[in-house]
Order: sequence, then C-alpha cells, then structure tokens
Amino acid sequence: MIMPVLTCDHSVTYHFPVTDDPVFKALADPTRRFLLDRLYERDGRSLTELESDLEMTRFGVMKHLRVLEDAGLVVTRRAGREKLHFLNPVPIRLIHDRWIDKYTERRVSALLDLKHELEDTA
Amino acid sequence: MTTAAHSTSATNPKSSPTTHVYRVYIKTTPQKVWDAITKPEWTDRYGYGGRVEAEFRPGGKFRHLASAAMRAGGAPEIAVDGEVIESDPPRKLVQTWRMVMDPASAAEGFTRLTWEIEQAQGGLTKLTVIHELEGAPKLALLVSGAQEEFGAGGGWSWILSDLKTLLETGKGFNE
Repeated sequence: MIMPVLTCDHSVTYHFPVTDDPVFKALADPTRRFLLDRLYERDGRSLTELESDLEMTRFGVMKHLRVLEDAGLVVTRRAGREKLHFLNPVPIRLIHDRWIDKYTERRVSALLDLKHELEDTA
Repeated sequence: MTTAAHSTSATNPKSSPTTHVYRVYIKTTPQKVWDAITKPEWTDRYGYGGRVEAEFRPGGKFRHLASAAMRAGGAPEIAVDGEVIESDPPRKLVQTWRMVMDPASAAEGFTRLTWEIEQAQGGLTKLTVIHELEGAPKLALLVSGAQEEFGAGGGWSWILSDLKTLLETGKGFNE
C-alpha cells in the first residue's frame, strides 16, 4: 500500500472549516481528544514531541493532526526548523456561542418560569 | 487554557509554550477585517468594545479605550496601550499590547500581538491572532478566557467569535 504523503502545507488545505461538522468529527476520536489535551497542558509542541506520547506510527499521528488542523482545532506555526502545533480554541467557542448558549438560556428561563409559578401558587 | 498549560517547558526550551494562537474564518474581505480591528467605530461593536486610537505606522502609539459600559462600571479611560511595530494593511499588524486596565496584568509589562489576515477560498478571510505572552502569566489567563466565570470575559476566543458574528450578520452579540 502506498502511504499518502501529507504535505502539512496550509496552501494545500482542501476544505475550510465553515461548518461545525469537521469539529464534531475531529472530536469524536479519543486519540485526537488526547492530542488536544496534550496541547491544552502545554501549547506549541512539535510532531516528535506529540508522537512520543502515543503508541502509534508517525504517519498515524500526522493523520490525526491533519484532521484536527482541517477542523481548525490545531494551528501550526514554523519556529526555525520546527513546526509547532497550537491548540486553537476558537471553533469550540463558536459552537458554544451559537449552540450551547441557546439551550442553556432556554433551560434557565424554564427554571425561572417554574420558580414564578411556584411562588405565585404559594 | 490555564497558566500551567503555558508554563515554560523544561523538556523543549526551544518551543514557545507561552504563545497563544487563535484563528477564525470569516465570510468577508480582508479589508473589512482590517477595518474591524483598526477603526474605532468598529472596535466599539464587538468583544469588550471600546474605541481604538492609534497611528498605524511603525512606532505609532496604540490605545484601546475602555467602552462606555466599562467606564460606567468604574474602569479607567484607557484599557490597553502599546506601540505599533508593523502595519501592512490589510494583511498584517504587529504591535505591543499591555492591559493597563488590570493592574496585575499591567505590572507584567508589554506583550507582543500579531494579526495576520489572509484571503482564503470560498469568499472567506482567515484571521490569525498570535499573542506572545512570555513573562505575562496573569494576562495569559485573562486572554485565554479562563476567568470568564469571574466576570473577566471570554478572552480572544470570545472576541473573535463576536467579530465573526458582527461581520457576517451585521450585528454583534450585544446589538
């Protein structure tokens, strides 16, 4: 089998994270969540560093990082000869601001309605 | 993100763990993004609000004033100060950035902030904010949004999310 070569070059990014789908898909995998946790603990890590935490081939880790990058959850920057990976929290914030807020608001107002109702009948 | 998350690494001193990178794709033009981050009538409409007063040339003074709402709550006139290092509209802005409004963050001194604006496919503009927070753990905590539940706001993620909403829908979160 021929292993596809991942360029990790931003000019060759094929899809853009305009929808939430790639974020949810990226987060659906435990290895990718583990990688995000590692970056949360300490940001700006190289592939070699991230690879050393996983029982996986370099290509496997690269593939997962690529999915995270395509979802916008990981952003890479060059620092000298190294390519460093940074956790980008903005896509999760967008989901929070557009979805979670909406639901919690409704829940809070439902509780307030219940409170008013109980107080009125008391 | 916590302070611990960005503490200096003992294993890889070459990396820069105190740098935060925030990226958002916005369905608009690079010029509109540039205007939104440099023009006071725009900066007052998203995130923490407040007008920006700056000369966008190397060495130019940068001041981000506290919003009317913040001043009503007791904030000083100037929220953030700094200096413009590089201004290349509508592509790149490099500046120093110190949050003078919060004395603990102000004591940590100036940090370096880079705004990169790039045209992307599909009518999108890619905005990347790189905040170099070496020696500024308190500010790092603030801008990460980790203290949101204590009323400090959601930091860069929240600002950029609001900016995206404003540019794409014509209305920010509070409009």
